Amino acid sequence: MVRKVVRGFYAVAYAVKLCRPSVICAYPITPQTEIVENLAAMYANGELENCQYITAESEFGAASILVGASATGARTFTATCSQGLILMSEVLWNAAGMRLPIVMVIANRSLSAPLSIWNDHQDSMAMRDACIIQVYVENNQEAHDMIPQAYKIAENRDVMLPFMVCMDGYKLTHAYEPVDLLEQETVDSFLPPYDPPIKLTTKDPLTFGCYAPPHCYMEFRVVMQRAMMRAKKVMEEVFKEWAELTGRNWGGLISTDYMDDAETAVVAMGSVVGLVREVVEEMRKDGKKVGLVKIRSFRPFPTEELRKVMKDVENIVVFERAVSFGHEGPVAIDLKSALFGHCNAKVYSFAVGLGGRDIPRDLIRKCINNAIEGKVDEGFHFEGVKEFEEVII
Amino acid sequence: MTILIEVRFHGRGGQGVVTAADILAVAGFKEGYWTLSFPMFGAEKRGTPVVSYLRLSDRPIVERDEIYNPNYVVVLDPTVIGPVRVEAGIKQNGMIIANYPKPAEELRKEHFSSLNGSIKVLTLNATKMAMEILGRPITNTAMVGAFAGATKLIKLSTLKETVFEWFEKKGEELANKNVELVEKAYKEMEGKV
Repeated sequence: MVRKVVRGFYAVAYAVKLCRPSVICAYPITPQTEIVENLAAMYANGELENCQYITAESEFGAASILVGASATGARTFTATCSQGLILMSEVLWNAAGMRLPIVMVIANRSLSAPLSIWNDHQDSMAMRDACIIQVYVENNQEAHDMIPQAYKIAENRDVMLPFMVCMDGYKLTHAYEPVDLLEQETVDSFLPPYDPPIKLTTKDPLTFGCYAPPHCYMEFRVVMQRAMMRAKKVMEEVFKEWAELTGRNWGGLISTDYMDDAETAVVAMGSVVGLVREVVEEMRKDGKKVGLVKIRSFRPFPTEELRKVMKDVENIVVFERAVSFGHEGPVAIDLKSALFGHCNAKVYSFAVGLGGRDIPRDLIRKCINNAIEGKVDEGFHFEGVKEFEEVII
Repeated sequence: MTILIEVRFHGRGGQGVVTAADILAVAGFKEGYWTLSFPMFGAEKRGTPVVSYLRLSDRPIVERDEIYNPNYVVVLDPTVIGPVRVEAGIKQNGMIIANYPKPAEELRKEHFSSLNGSIKVLTLNATKMAMEILGRPITNTAMVGAFAGATKLIKLSTLKETVFEWFEKKGEELANKNVELVEKAYKEMEGKV
């Protein structure tokens, strides 16, 4: 193991290389990231053995090429974000329905309009219902570690679904920080080669994603849902195996701090978790019974885990990085549905840092305090917003 | 008690504002610090104001918010001073290290007259230095050297090694010139503190 200061992009690309992908495909222009640029350099330098690196004419094309490649039994990778992910979305629903374990990194960025290149979670949240596993990471070490785990989970025969590793654009992707880089032998001992039971070959022709009239379509949807629900157990096992192998334990579908006697639970996902944890620790020192719940897996949603840790809390504070317009924040929506009938806590959700607006420590503390002290109503709020007058013309 | 040193870099797109923080993150790590650097891009165009951030600590860094109360401010371009309030939020006993063509007293008088007396202001004509050595007005390596020379947080030898490794892939000549620039800026700053 080598500990080096590297950029987030490189930490991911290096882990992808160690997973020995067979096909990498990407649209190489904005909003692409340096993840695929790093992989292109590795490919050009001959560091990616038995791998095809293909640049496509669009994200739609890139995703389509990976669907074809994955169906032939290739281990595949791509990265995208923002408008690029939205352009891929039609194809990605197909990838999920065809049960293709494509692994992709989403360098989370906001959606247009207005045009913004900065970070929030609106892009991956728009793919929430596509039957794609979504894990959000807190730092570049977790992003690096998640890549081999993503392949192992996605390619498990009980799962066979696409996997999105969601890492905050800029906040993580552009950051230099120390990362313990994995060794090839470690990854080889953990991740076997991909060998699907059914694949496209010229010898034994098959059809993937074919026509399903009403008499058989629904059963496909049933097995997709079952695969997602089975993924929970597979993920727990893989996460545990990873912790034993590397000594780095990132937790299960959720991870918690100070939740044993917490009266207020604070829920967050992604790169803001580190600072939220610090604020929670500070509030603990002030005698406030606050705990942290980091949601790692957003799909499948950790319903049982949340019911267990939230059963005695009085307040729940959720930091949202996206909005389901016309309702509220997507994390609180799912959280409330999971807890209905299991917990009577008041739920306060705060949309923060949309379009890359900073989320300072004071804002986090203010949101939590306002909820505890009853200074805000239950439900959904935007926080860190300037005072302005909306003009309706 | 843990140590947390926060540095904010100001300049314009194309001058290597982001790289300055990144080089110091690598060099700081070699000196035994946990480090984190990240940028805040503006319009992603050459010439627009750019900010980047660096944290150094004796423990893993989890704070990823922008730096509002820096210990140090490093300015790569004299023309951002004024249009951008580079001194905003600087801590007591902090330090502003600026690429500026005039002596520090004049910079203080022209732009920072209301600044707390405990805050040091240091200047260096990094543009001139970069033009002489690199032939281009790219000031990031000079200012990285100036930061290390003024703060002594990173040894000159470590910084020279890091800068050489950073630019090596673009050619040994360029790497050596940047090392020369770092050393010159480091030594000039050392004499001013």
